[in-house]
Amino acid sequence: MSVESLFPRLEPLLPKVQKPIQYVGGELNSTVKDWDEASVRWALMYPDAYEIGLPNQGVQILYEILNELPDTMAERTYAVWPDLEALMRSEGVPQFTVDAHRPVRAFDVLGVSFSTELGYTNLLTALDLAGIPLDAVDRTDEDPIVLAGGHAAFNPEPIADFLDAAVLGDGEQIAIAISEVIREWKEEGSPGGRDEVLMRLASTGGVYVPKFYDVEYHPDGRIMRVVPNRPGVPSRIFKHTVMDLDEWPYPKKPLVPLAETVHERFSVEIFRGCTRGCRFCQAGMITRPVRERSITTIGDMVENGIRESGFNEVGLLSLSSADHSEIGDVAKGLADRYEGTNTSLSLPSTRVDAFNIDLANEFSRNGRRSGLTFAPEGGSERMRKVINKMVTEEDLIRTVTTAYSQGWRQVKLYFMCGLPTEEDVDVLGIADLAKKVIQAGRDATGSKDVRCTVSIGGFVPKPHTPFQWAAQCDHETVDRRLRELRDALRGDKEYGRAIGYRYHDGKPSIVEGLLSRGDRRVGRVLRAVWEDGGRFDGWSEHFSYERWMRAAEKALAGEPVDVEWYTTREREEHEVLPWDHLDAGLDREWLWQDWQDANSDVEVEDCRWTPCYDCGVCPTMGTEIQIGPTGKKLLPLTVV
Amino acid sequence: MAQRLRVRYAKRGRLRFTSHRDISRAVERAVRRADIPVAYSAGFSPHPKISYAGAAPTGVASEAEYLEIGVTRPCDPHRLRADLDASLPPGLDVLDVVEARDSGLADRLEGSMWELLLPGVDPEVAAKAVEEFVAADRVEVERLTKKGLRRFDAREAVLSLTVQDGPERAAGQEPDRLCVILRMVVRHATPAVRPDDVLTGLRLVAGLAPLSPPEVTRLAQGPLDATTGEPADPFDFDRVGGDR
Ligand code: B12
Ligand code: SF4
Repeated sequence: MSVESLFPRLEPLLPKVQKPIQYVGGELNSTVKDWDEASVRWALMYPDAYEIGLPNQGVQILYEILNELPDTMAERTYAVWPDLEALMRSEGVPQFTVDAHRPVRAFDVLGVSFSTELGYTNLLTALDLAGIPLDAVDRTDEDPIVLAGGHAAFNPEPIADFLDAAVLGDGEQIAIAISEVIREWKEEGSPGGRDEVLMRLASTGGVYVPKFYDVEYHPDGRIMRVVPNRPGVPSRIFKHTVMDLDEWPYPKKPLVPLAETVHERFSVEIFRGCTRGCRFCQAGMITRPVRERSITTIGDMVENGIRESGFNEVGLLSLSSADHSEIGDVAKGLADRYEGTNTSLSLPSTRVDAFNIDLANEFSRNGRRSGLTFAPEGGSERMRKVINKMVTEEDLIRTVTTAYSQGWRQVKLYFMCGLPTEEDVDVLGIADLAKKVIQAGRDATGSKDVRCTVSIGGFVPKPHTPFQWAAQCDHETVDRRLRELRDALRGDKEYGRAIGYRYHDGKPSIVEGLLSRGDRRVGRVLRAVWEDGGRFDGWSEHFSYERWMRAAEKALAGEPVDVEWYTTREREEHEVLPWDHLDAGLDREWLWQDWQDANSDVEVEDCRWTPCYDCGVCPTMGTEIQIGPTGKKLLPLTVV
Repeated sequence: MAQRLRVRYAKRGRLRFTSHRDISRAVERAVRRADIPVAYSAGFSPHPKISYAGAAPTGVASEAEYLEIGVTRPCDPHRLRADLDASLPPGLDVLDVVEARDSGLADRLEGSMWELLLPGVDPEVAAKAVEEFVAADRVEVERLTKKGLRRFDAREAVLSLTVQDGPERAAGQEPDRLCVILRMVVRHATPAVRPDDVLTGLRLVAGLAPLSPPEVTRLAQGPLDATTGEPADPFDFDRVGGDR
């Protein structure tokens, strides 16, 4: 069965929509394989606009790895904006891939990458446009397996009804393994239909198939248990961890879009994982342990990536880039190599210390020293102990003094509001801190030309973190504290004009909280929102809090639970959490102890430096911390 | 800067949906990939010295777009043509490269020849509309520009406008649906009269309305030849040597 390109039908619609170039594909380094020669076909989706989704490394890596397999092909699809959605509906054009404009429904797998929960409604739009039944149980052998991955897949319960399967953790090896299972099953003539292939995947323990598990509830609404509903299905599902990143130097052929996107640069992940143990940070908890790429692989990847892409900017990506054991040599080596080539380097790092400034100086050798970002996250010393962000006020002032005196004129400070145990004074403390920062800058430079920006957003408790039991702060309190902070900053005659203030209000965080810690019942809310027109929830111009609340009221009517129950309610130790059967390797008792420690301001060390297996990840997953130093240096490139 | 090179390139097929900014990003990256020794401006954020002359609007294809690259050491135009073409995505195709002899490329682009493919239009209706448009002295149209809604004459700049022979089928249309091809030569003026302005004019004077968006292609751009009434090759001057 060959599949025709939808492009001739899409083309007449394009002159009528905004930024049509995002739908035409043809990116440099993109791949179009022959449909009939592949036996397993993947459509990979980033469920947001092309400009956000294209740069995502997860999708680019999987796309490349799958296309390297001789009998597998992969194409990409993104969320279409409402203007094109309306035209596609009226003209009957289904969801398409941008590579060869094939209909998504014709593929074997629709793999969707969720970095955040805000893409859920866009999944429903894509399924519906594709002609794939929204409910997994209604799908037939004509429909692809809808598979979720990415960080949000660590609690896929709110979208469980719409998924056939989900995968936790690194995707490289498991994507290849899944492809292999599907290929064998198809070669055998697809015995037993889609349930059989899902069963083969589920029985490995590395792929979660939600419909093979039943959730039972207590009369008060709490979960009683989650149990497999057929033999051969394991009761726990484990995350995947790629060891030895040097063996996986992807992307080798970075996609270079024609359309403008949020990240116009070549990014190299310099390590995965983070063990600083910030208690709010889901990414840090679920990606343990730390696995570094060696300095030489980083150098090779940068060199290859620039050549293949023509980008003039390189980003060194990770969860906390300044923590790489050889970051100093990496920074110096790259800065030396690319000096005078109009190639700029960037290192997103928010560490509060002088070393971080050295790195920033290295990377801005030839450029302007415009702005530096630091993330103390908590406004008061006590708060920072609660979240385990070990930064003292002294550290911060010392660091910004160094920054200002070395020519940086603008300092950005990141904070969160609504953290567990937080009180008004903790947030108002940010105003004092910001004033001290400005004063330090004035003292250091003898000039009034120093600025600081305070950036603050609402905290959302996340699964698989010590704060998974915490009560989320209600949006009224968050918004009030944010307002009071604004007044305290703006109202100050001496410093007010030197301090910028950016904030995200509390309502969207409540919806994010509902989706983060939701269970399968939240899926009904999601569907009701989508039916009511909900799309692109990460975009303030499309997001509607009222729509979510309306939908929740309707969809949860008659249930003992509501939005507050999911968000602002504190959980007790033994409550079964919706994601308890999904194993990130973290020891539940360790997480609980850490939650208790948080409440009594006890800090925990970074296990990268002090051998410690307390969190349980390495023993459970059979993994190890992989860090340097290798002692190697980057050599200058020979000029041809 | 050792040399300036003039490049004629095409914007074809689905890449006609690129905007001017998309193209300039793509060209900058291609220049880097092809290792062309492009010159950079001085200052804190150096820019590669690449300038563009009269780019076709987003959604319009072209066989005749022009840009100029400043390089730090002399390059062979033939080699540069091949290298740059290989580094650009298919659909942005380099057609011709010459070494610049003067600084007057933009001035030499006096007019353009356009082809417009109108789906679902009856050839006779089109012929009549063209006749009425050509017969008019002025055809006032309005267009939303960056400076707001502007009203201007779309007739005078149109040097010729004809219906091409032979019914053709537009890509992507149902096979039995006819379409009409118009060809016109338009003098570059301020405000610029674009193909869609002429279409607006045709609609205003004779109610001509294609069923779906027309496919427009710029065929040529250059000095207007007094005898043929068509744009000539703007590189002729650079090639014959001009008066050095
Ligand atoms: C670059 C980046 C952005 C960019 C570009 C976004 C993009 N498309 O990548 C921008 C600035 C736009 C951005 C925005 C946001 N981001 Co962001 N972003 C990142 C960053 C730094 C890198 C992402 C990346 O490429 N990672 C590397 C790849 C390889 O990892 P990966 O995507 O997780 O993919 C792997 C696996 O997850 C898995 N996998 C992924 N998808 C799939 C699918 C299938 C089918 C399978 C089998 C496997 C699989 O396989 C991959 C390879 O192993 C990460 C931090 C980090 N280092 O990961 C944060 C991060 C992902 N972002 C985050 C957040 C919160 C956001 C925002 C919500 C912020 C906001 N409040 O606006 C928005 C939401 C954007 C959106 N609508 O999608 C958080 C997610 C929090 C969490 N729960 O873990 C992270 C982890 C940062 C953090 N430290 O908290 N982001
Ligand atoms: S430093 Fe803290 S916030 Fe950043 S990734 Fe690591 S654990 Fe998360």
